[in-house]
Amino acid sequence: MNKIKIIILREYLTRVRKKSFIVMTILGPILMASIWVLPVILATISTDEQTVQVLDETGLFVHRFTDTKTIRFVPISMDIEKAKENLFKTGNDGLLWIPKTELSVPSSGIYYSTGQASLEVISHIKSIMKNEVESLKLEASGIDPEILRSIKSTIVLNTIKISESGDEEKSFTEISMGVGLFSGVLIYMFIFIFGSQVMRGVMEEKTNRIVEIIISSVKPFELMMGKIVGVALVGLTQFLLWIVLTLAIVTFVQFTMLDANILSGTEQIYTGQSKVLDADQLQQISEQMQSKDSINFQIIEAISSINYGVMIGAFLFFFLGGYLLYAAMFAAIGSAVDNETDSQQFMLPVTIPLILSMVMLGLIINNPSGPVAFWFSIIPFTSPIIMMLRIPFGVPHWQVALSAVLLILGFIFTTWLAAKIYRTGILMYGKKVNYAELWKWLKHN
Amino acid sequence: METLIINKVSKQFTGHRALHQVSIAVPKGSIFGLLGPNGAGKTTLIRIVNRITAPDEGEILLNGKAISQEDVLRIGYLPEERGLYKKMKVGEQALYLAQLKGLSKAEAIIRLKFWFKKFEIDGWWNKKVEELSKGMQQKIQFVVTVVHQPDLLIFDEPFSGFDPINVNLLKDEILRIREQGATIIFSTHNMASVEELCDHIALINQSEKILDGRVDEIKQTYKKNLFELIYSNTGRSISSILPAKYHLISEESQNGFAKAKIQIPAGDSPNELLRLAISEVEVHGMAELLPTMNDIFISKVSEFKKSSGHEQN
Repeated sequence: MNKIKIIILREYLTRVRKKSFIVMTILGPILMASIWVLPVILATISTDEQTVQVLDETGLFVHRFTDTKTIRFVPISMDIEKAKENLFKTGNDGLLWIPKTELSVPSSGIYYSTGQASLEVISHIKSIMKNEVESLKLEASGIDPEILRSIKSTIVLNTIKISESGDEEKSFTEISMGVGLFSGVLIYMFIFIFGSQVMRGVMEEKTNRIVEIIISSVKPFELMMGKIVGVALVGLTQFLLWIVLTLAIVTFVQFTMLDANILSGTEQIYTGQSKVLDADQLQQISEQMQSKDSINFQIIEAISSINYGVMIGAFLFFFLGGYLLYAAMFAAIGSAVDNETDSQQFMLPVTIPLILSMVMLGLIINNPSGPVAFWFSIIPFTSPIIMMLRIPFGVPHWQVALSAVLLILGFIFTTWLAAKIYRTGILMYGKKVNYAELWKWLKHN
Repeated sequence: METLIINKVSKQFTGHRALHQVSIAVPKGSIFGLLGPNGAGKTTLIRIVNRITAPDEGEILLNGKAISQEDVLRIGYLPEERGLYKKMKVGEQALYLAQLKGLSKAEAIIRLKFWFKKFEIDGWWNKKVEELSKGMQQKIQFVVTVVHQPDLLIFDEPFSGFDPINVNLLKDEILRIREQGATIIFSTHNMASVEELCDHIALINQSEKILDGRVDEIKQTYKKNLFELIYSNTGRSISSILPAKYHLISEESQNGFAKAKIQIPAGDSPNELLRLAISEVEVHGMAELLPTMNDIFISKVSEFKKSSGHEQN
């Protein structure tokens, strides 16, 4: 046991001291924090007020352009050429020219902009003109715009997730998707990165010819497990450092860049005990939700609605389980070959379940409770990625438990199998190994 | 007292027999040569002793008791296929391997420093292995093999790839370690490299032991009563004075001396030959030519081939 500790320590220390590890540890949190922080920063950036001159030769639209929070409209009337010259002198941002046409209802205009035309301004102008043109056309065909206005309706559909205990919580499907995808892909990457580190470590020992010196002191299984556990600890260290550093960056940004107003909106919306909501309450909630309509705000709200404790716990479990399941197989591959090129043929069947999980991500995310999702999240070879994808949507406890138990059994099985190949493989020098040969090793041990 | 007893060990790999009923006893304090051509099964046998491979049949006794996993700490093993982590620092690496052999960190540092100093590589403690010359790497491999002061040292093809200076350095160290009470096994197909060192040998061929025992006894058994006679060259062949029962193998002259290789009949005293020679020529020297291990090895192996070939017919 003591010797395994010595091996784990060596495997761990030689890896965390590497430059590549340090670089990844710093870059990861910066990337993750930017995903988190950017929308918040964007929300706090106050857009400057833009001034737009309106030269409406038709006279139909000009009174419709009323000032908004960010756009001020200035009606002018002069020759267009002169107005264009004037634009720079006034220092205004743009000039909207609606020329007179032969059509009874003009439907085109030109927007001259001093800088890059702002999308917000353009879409605002377009919607105003569109509304006006539509009502003009309605009038022309004899329909009262008032009638139309009474017909127009907005549908508010809020999604609320009910838990067994009866609590209701606003659910954010898009955010669940995002978080699920992110964790699924992260698990996939972690298994691949650290699994192949194990494989390369085994190959290094074999090609350096140090392996026989080591296994004259320890059992091959101890060496293999020491390496697998050592690399797992490297992965955990990296993951935990990422979380700590990401939190540090986010907290720092929040303290330095955000005002309290935005933060106060991040509280979750609970509707209390399950009860039939009367129309007024429903209206109230809808309005409440509507009032917080800004996309940025919703993102902040949704991000804070994630249960990070559960997510991190699940991530750690499924990363470790998935990694252990695959690492032993990667170790077996590393032991059977003499160089990385030869490893390809054995890598393929091992990585197929992983790649299949990635391919299925798109399908499963659209129906995270369907039968495909269920089976993929139960079978050990795909469950680490797919279960992680499903967890943000909420998964029945018995399914998580079943998946976890099968994953543990799975890794015990692959480790047992891999150890047989490993202890024969590490002492086979300069021999081209094929599947028939591997089968012999399995049978003979 | 035997340090190591190998008792009727057999090992079968898929498709070929590696060892068949091999029994060997290695006396305490001896330098034991495990000899045999490539592929005879020497490395498999050594791996079984080191508990790297398990035998199908038979048992291994170390110091009189069946060997256990704990006993590997009392064995030092320098494998034929040996190397070091290239990217790791020399000192760290030696420390790692010494700790795996059961030394505490503090104890390992003291002993390694001693050996590094002895081999004049103490300046390399913090260098990476890839920066070292091959000779230095070999010194380090030797150090980590002996640093835990094992009772039994096993060297598999120890001198392959070593330069002559290092070979002598190693031989001296190995003899010194033996004086301190350790038992040493050399495994090699290169007889000449270990002949002067070994006092016992076992010869393995095609997975079977075909000969073992004390080197001097084996040589006596396989001697062909050959004598070399050196005398002043008078230009006359010695064959003219030799009686018919003596068989002249070869005769050559060099710097005024003649050297004759003469085989005498088994049971005859060499004194008779010497008396005859003294009466005829001016004798400068006479010595018995014992067979080299290489001669015995070759004759035994070819004899073995013939007999096994005969069996098949």
